[in-house]
Amino acid sequence: MNIEESKDFLVSTASLKEVRVFSREVFEKLKLEQELKDELVLAIAEAAQNIVKHGYKGVDNTTDRMQIKISMKDSELEIGFFDKGKAVVPGNVQHRKLDDIKPGGLGTFFIKQIMDAAVFKKDKKGWVNHLVLTKKIN
Amino acid sequence: MTYKVTEEGNVSTVFLNGEIDMDVTEKAKEVILPLVESGKEVHLNLKDVSYMDSSGISVLIESHQKALENNTKVIVKEVSKSVLKVIMMAKLEQILNLE
Repeated sequence: MNIEESKDFLVSTASLKEVRVFSREVFEKLKLEQELKDELVLAIAEAAQNIVKHGYKGVDNTTDRMQIKISMKDSELEIGFFDKGKAVVPGNVQHRKLDDIKPGGLGTFFIKQIMDAAVFKKDKKGWVNHLVLTKKIN
Repeated sequence: MTYKVTEEGNVSTVFLNGEIDMDVTEKAKEVILPLVESGKEVHLNLKDVSYMDSSGISVLIESHQKALENNTKVIVKEVSKSVLKVIMMAKLEQILNLE
């Protein structure tokens, strides 16, 4: 089944629940297995959280919105994130070492564990950052 | 997220309920950390936690580390399947006290 759905969200921690609801609704339509759905929702939520936490660090009560686009074509799942926060330097996006046990730094690790690829694209279409997560769905 | 705290002797049990994400981690820490800092043994019951992300995992790590500093312990109990998967993804099942 091919699908393409997109939704805007206020850049806020309060939006993270809405992000999960949107993602679950799309994956429900794709009839994915529950375990896979849970993983994908986590990856999306972590990427959205990174926008709120890092892209808008020090910015309170922004009215900016971020956009999430989920598309599936020929068993290739693509999830796009568009935001107008601080420009991301891809080389600086790193997770902490797992044996360095401390709070924080796991979101990017989860994304990399779950998805096949996470790439910042240059075709920003008026946005500052465009992150694309992809995964082949068997 | 909602919660309930019960006390029995030197053990405080925090029953967390719902989804734990960045939006509620401060609230979770406000409930858990003072109990740990008071030197009590704290049991975190997660059977009704349906979702936890990296922010929630950070609360578990911080609680565990705070307990070590205060010569007590935090035991994570009745972890739901979905949360256990995230804990294992973070390779924390040997670090946290899981029951």
